[in-house]
Amino acid sequence: MYDVAIIGCGVIGAACAYELSRYDQSVVILEAKNDVAAGTTKANSAILHAGYDPAPDTWMGKLNVRGVRLARDICQRLDVGYEQCGSLVVAFSEADLPTLETLYQRGLANGVPGIELVDAARAHELEPELSDAVVGALWAPSAAIVNPWEFALAMAEVAVRNGVELRLRAQVTAVTRTSAGAFELTVPQGIVSARTVINAAGVAAGQVHDFIATPSFHITPTRGQYHLLDHSSAGIVRHVVFQCPNERGKGVLVAPTVHGNVIVGPDAEPLPDDQADNTACTAAGQDFVAQQALLSIPKLNLRDNIRNFAGIRANVDSGDFIIGEAPDVPGWFDLAGMKSPGLSCAPAVAEVASDWLANRGIRGVRKQNYQDGRTHIRFVEHTPDDRAALVAQDPAYGRIICRCETVTEAEIIHALHEEIPATTIDGVKRRAGTGMGRCQGGFCGPRILELICRELDMSPLEVLQDEDGSYVLDSLAKGGE
Amino acid sequence: MQTQANMQQNTPYELIVVGGGPAGLAAANAAWQAGLRRVLIVERDRELGGILNQCIHNGFGLHRFGDQLTGPEYAERYENMVAETGVEVALDTMVLSVEPATAPALDVGEKPLHHVHLISQAEGYRVLATQTIVLAMGCRERTRGAIGIPGTRPAGVYTAGAAQRYINMEGYLVGKRAIILGSGDIGLIMARRMTLEGAKVAAVVELMPYSGGLSRNIVQCLDDFGIPLLLAHTIVDIRGHRRVEQVVVAEVGPDNKPVAGTEQTFDVDTVLLSVGLLPENELTRQANIPLDPRTRGAVVFEDMQTQVPGIFACGNVVQVHDLVDFVSQEAELAGAAAAAYVQSTDSTESISVVELTPGEGVSYVLPQRIRVRDGQTTSVSFRVRKPMGRSQICLSAGDTEIKTFRRQRMAPGEMEHVKLRGADLALYAGGTLRLSAQEMGE
Repeated sequence: MYDVAIIGCGVIGAACAYELSRYDQSVVILEAKNDVAAGTTKANSAILHAGYDPAPDTWMGKLNVRGVRLARDICQRLDVGYEQCGSLVVAFSEADLPTLETLYQRGLANGVPGIELVDAARAHELEPELSDAVVGALWAPSAAIVNPWEFALAMAEVAVRNGVELRLRAQVTAVTRTSAGAFELTVPQGIVSARTVINAAGVAAGQVHDFIATPSFHITPTRGQYHLLDHSSAGIVRHVVFQCPNERGKGVLVAPTVHGNVIVGPDAEPLPDDQADNTACTAAGQDFVAQQALLSIPKLNLRDNIRNFAGIRANVDSGDFIIGEAPDVPGWFDLAGMKSPGLSCAPAVAEVASDWLANRGIRGVRKQNYQDGRTHIRFVEHTPDDRAALVAQDPAYGRIICRCETVTEAEIIHALHEEIPATTIDGVKRRAGTGMGRCQGGFCGPRILELICRELDMSPLEVLQDEDGSYVLDSLAKGGE
Repeated sequence: MQTQANMQQNTPYELIVVGGGPAGLAAANAAWQAGLRRVLIVERDRELGGILNQCIHNGFGLHRFGDQLTGPEYAERYENMVAETGVEVALDTMVLSVEPATAPALDVGEKPLHHVHLISQAEGYRVLATQTIVLAMGCRERTRGAIGIPGTRPAGVYTAGAAQRYINMEGYLVGKRAIILGSGDIGLIMARRMTLEGAKVAAVVELMPYSGGLSRNIVQCLDDFGIPLLLAHTIVDIRGHRRVEQVVVAEVGPDNKPVAGTEQTFDVDTVLLSVGLLPENELTRQANIPLDPRTRGAVVFEDMQTQVPGIFACGNVVQVHDLVDFVSQEAELAGAAAAAYVQSTDSTESISVVELTPGEGVSYVLPQRIRVRDGQTTSVSFRVRKPMGRSQICLSAGDTEIKTFRRQRMAPGEMEHVKLRGADLALYAGGTLRLSAQEMGE
């Protein structure tokens, strides 16, 4: 019997696990997929929003600014790709200016630091490639960009190091309660018992809630499509550039990424409930995003596109996060509807869940021998002298496997043996940054497959691209033409 | 700490060749034959030969050796030539950056030194000085992202070259039922290869109304195996969550956009992409060596020298070739020119230059700049924008026609060459000449 079962190891589940791992109680994470951070966490705008968007009397409004501040500290402590680049919301006409003023006032109410309304000249000074049509902007220096899957992975890793148990391929398909009040969660491997449950199941959180509680909210899977541009476009924007929401829609953003690319998107397309895993891109969606982005940055070169992708956001009917104990199921805590700014709020959301556990007397005492911290060696970011020292220390740093992103064999070996090891080609990608460049793994894919086989003692035919069933190779060739 | 990175006391090289594929091998050999004795080839793979190693089909070497060779056999001929010389080879070694000389040479008659940063397991991190560099990094394949194919992102979508590597180098077949997008040569070769391996190739789909590959490959790789070539078609959707399950193909109109109502669905588990090659010029770009947006390679003079004195480029890194034979030829020119640069005492700066640009019907020309010398002949390569029957190629300056050439047929998939003599160009020194191509009426 675990004290706490967390359903889902996206950024919310991982943040909860990290927070709870500081305390002495037993925690298990049940993740449906074969890796952590494999749902919404891996496909989003990768932005920590400053916090002027949500109304002050919402969960989003209350948690955003604190979440971003905590996230900054965590990224520093856990060596997660992070850059506080600031954001601009740009207005294209006088008609947009009242909206900027509203956002500004909300920002003040939410305690967003350094927020400022700027005129067109200042906006262009901050962001030289902005469209001439921009008449003003809201400047928020505390907004940041982050590597979202590394953020989640790093928190989960430290949690695991400190005793949290992570079970992969453990999709919860039923929930019951014993007469003593314990939860019994059915997963493919059997039954997991827990005194309390944190439901952080992302787009599936509504479904999971309904296994045991009276349906009280509805999640609409909402697809957002993106373009990712090559390093050669880096520098076209220096900050996150949002468009002022207006009657034509919420607008799309153009932003740098921590990997040195430019991200463009998303649109917002509600999908039927049974398509929560439909991350397909469409020609219409891709075109829409491209056309919208060009309004902000006319010089954007979409021919630099190296990848299109789509993510699913968990939109709830209330418009705010669902945070709290299910009224009819004591011990069951929902963290649902974590759409934007869910990533930004994650560490603050985890604090709320942690406090609830403390109030229920479930949370243990603070651990004395807690092992926090993490370092992630990114060879490419080192100086020539440091690189030389790394190779001297471990010759595997002398072998570049991913030539687009300059990722070495040593980094890949590390990814295959860390606390939550990669077992797939995309698992290595999420940990070491391989295949993220302009050749999209065309060159390094076969070499990474070879390293996975060598390090994990697998046959090439067993190696997966990503999810279970995504096999890379079909069969042995007959040989010789 | 005395790291290897700041130990630069070695005697400078005369030439460092970046890349040990067909271009690098031919350049290094030619430089040696022309008299250079401190030459290093840096190759990131564990063996020389580059992409030729995975091209086990034959058809290589007809022009260069008058013989039908496989890719590895062609590479071996050059490897053997290089092995006869004293050219040094650093395998499993990656060049991280190329730094053009910033300071002038210390002594009269010496050349300013460029630096190459490289890394390997065996030697660690090194910075080597050299009088000349030949850039021979080759090219890479365009990917799905570059053309934005809609749909899901399952496993089973590969560039044709990656699938070729899996089959020919690792011994694994990537799928059982494939569709190939793009009728470039690698796509055509892979259609045959997959079929011979027992896979079913449903079709080769080509956006343009004509193939981008060599005619001989269409006959030998598709027609001989009954594989349909769907011209003016494209993939409009990829379906399948974990692995490719279906691909939807539609006709395209004259604007290259899909025509609604023409969709057909193929049940396949694999999509191979042969949608073009891009010269691999990251090092060139980082070194601030000027690039031509048309070729996506360095702007070069007639001797394959880039706009940075002492740095040369050849092979697919400077323009994508159809035939390795011409890569070798271009590389031999570059290698010999690097040697001449090292050995010369005169500057070429005073020689007047003619600029060459593509005109109507021509997508690019190479070299882009010619130093005009008497008695010199320059072979100019170019490609036409669309297939042409009987046509005329015209070199002109403004409205003045300087020289014309005739062809019976030309196609974008086949690189064309014309020879220009110094005497033809002398009058136009300092000016810009245009090369255009026009179909002639019957």
